Amino acid sequence: MRKVIHYELVVIGGGPGGLAAAVEARESGVKSIAVIERDTELGGILQQCIHNGFGLTEFKEELTGPEYAERFIRELERGGIDVMLNTMVMELHHDRRLVVTSAEKGITEIHAGAVILAMGCRERTRGAIAIPGTRPAGVMTAGTAQRYINVEGYRVGERVVILGSGDIGLIMARRLTLEGAKVLAVAEVMPFSGGLMRNIVQCLEDYEIPLLLSHTVTDIIGRDRVEGVVLQQVDEKLNPIPGTEKRYECDTLLLSVGLIPENELSRMAGIQIDPMTRGPRVNEQMETSVPGIFACGNVVHVHDLVDFVTEESRCAGRAAAQKVLAKAEVADPPKIEIQTIAGTGIGYVMPQRITQAGAADRVTLMMRVKKVYKGAEISVSADDREILRKPFGHLAPGEMVRLDLSSGLVPSGSRTIGIEVIEKQ
Amino acid sequence: MKEMVCIVCPKGCHMKVERNQEEWIVTGNSCNRGKLYAIEEQRNPSRVVPTTVAVSHGMHPRLPVKTARPIPKQLIRRAMEEISKVEVDAPIEQGQVIIENLLGTGVDVVASRRMNRV
Ligand SMILES: Cc1cc2nc3c(=O)[nH]c(=O)nc-3n(C[C@H](O)[C@H](O)[C@H](O)COP(=O)(O)OP(=O)(O)OC[C@H]3O[C@@H](n4cnc5c(N)ncnc54)[C@H](O)[C@@H]3O)c2cc1C
Ligand code: SF4
Repeated sequence: MRKVIHYELVVIGGGPGGLAAAVEARESGVKSIAVIERDTELGGILQQCIHNGFGLTEFKEELTGPEYAERFIRELERGGIDVMLNTMVMELHHDRRLVVTSAEKGITEIHAGAVILAMGCRERTRGAIAIPGTRPAGVMTAGTAQRYINVEGYRVGERVVILGSGDIGLIMARRLTLEGAKVLAVAEVMPFSGGLMRNIVQCLEDYEIPLLLSHTVTDIIGRDRVEGVVLQQVDEKLNPIPGTEKRYECDTLLLSVGLIPENELSRMAGIQIDPMTRGPRVNEQMETSVPGIFACGNVVHVHDLVDFVTEESRCAGRAAAQKVLAKAEVADPPKIEIQTIAGTGIGYVMPQRITQAGAADRVTLMMRVKKVYKGAEISVSADDREILRKPFGHLAPGEMVRLDLSSGLVPSGSRTIGIEVIEKQ
Repeated sequence: MKEMVCIVCPKGCHMKVERNQEEWIVTGNSCNRGKLYAIEEQRNPSRVVPTTVAVSHGMHPRLPVKTARPIPKQLIRRAMEEISKVEVDAPIEQGQVIIENLLGTGVDVVASRRMNRV
């Protein structure tokens, strides 16, 4: 018979999201907690992000990824939390039953009082973007290259072209340059970079690596190994412009073309997914559409700063603890239902719904704009009446916007909170 | 006048720096840290250098390290060469000094993580 074990709280994923959520739940009084991680160690993606730039908000210091992870791993090691490494969650059901597997212990079933999803995200691959040409060696995602170089110690190539100017692509351009490779160009299909400004400055400008906006790869040359790629300019509709083809002799093409929240388990449990974020729809407490299952970090929406992952994950940890420790005699706060709506210029808004009376007075809305604005205002309205307007000197899709709603702004009884960008003429 | 983007915090203010005889004039910054950065970037640009060194008997073949403080930008290449010569043996503690006084800068290279011996 299959072994069944019980926990008050199970956290899936041992990256910064899972670590912060587990520690916070313990501090809130949960006595039996398990963190399940498929990798050989805790820390998630941070262990391969050896560059500095983490923790400016959380610790007021500029830490490397491993250093940031280490602070939370040490917190976890203070006790009260079981860590299952090399263990993969295979199934998650809406009644909070999990099936996990490890080489050491085989298949185990776990029943949990509450579950926190913290599985992070994965990279989009070549299949997801359909580049024509042959399929030689030397084409890989930027994150895979990052792991090869920083953890395993392989060289990935000598002459490199990078497609996509998200943060991972930018970070890898610098890393490869410092390791002695020649990065010929970073091509970005959009007319703006999806990465943080600081990364454009520190990773490209510092090393005079050209950033080719409105350019994409239209051909890959080489049979066994990449011998070159063709970059081509694109028009406003992102279609390649004939006659602008330029061939680059290179042995490696790195793809940094986006991240997708890892939500197979969420779908299996019947959790509603937001088509814009591609993560679970959550309320202000990070609870998904399935009661008792919470989510935080990159599995919910892709973050550029780990500090906000930590903040969001603590919120999920506290809320899950409340759920687990709830006394029958204490009534839940009255329920309301406010939907947040991404209007003109806004890609998505998080949380997607607000469900507790009073919560609209202290919620932080997180959102991304769809394009670059130099000087614009973000307008917030409740049931179509404007309640807040805030000017921004610079807005870009690569930089998440956070807006705190303060007490009394949202009239009681409101059904929707809409956000839009108002461009200055 | 030089236009630049502040990279001290993720806000990334767009600043302008100008030299007015002995004084630097910075505009566009939202806080004083930005102003200090702008002036420093003109006088003596420097960066923290994160990289890896080979480690034996660890759970991974590479150990992430960094310069404990920023070093002058023009020394980055030489710093990389110097750091790449080093090989260490696990166990290593986080913060452990891997190279003392890198290239005479007075800055140490330290381990970014612990690496247990396996
Ligand atoms: C290349 C790169 C550079 C970045 N640079 C910066 C930066 O400079 N500054 C900054 O602040 N932020 C940066 N970030 C962002 C930050 O690192 C991430 O937002 C953060 O790590 C997300 O944390 P997470 O816990 O949600 O996900 P992750 O760190 O991805 O952790 C998820 C964990 O879940 C595990 N998992 C997944 N599925 C299962 C399963 N079924 N069973 C068991 N375990 C599972 C995974 O193995 C993984 O360990 C960067 C991110 C990347 C990818
Ligand atoms: S000027 Fe201040 S607020 Fe603006 S980016 Fe620099 S440190 Fe941040």
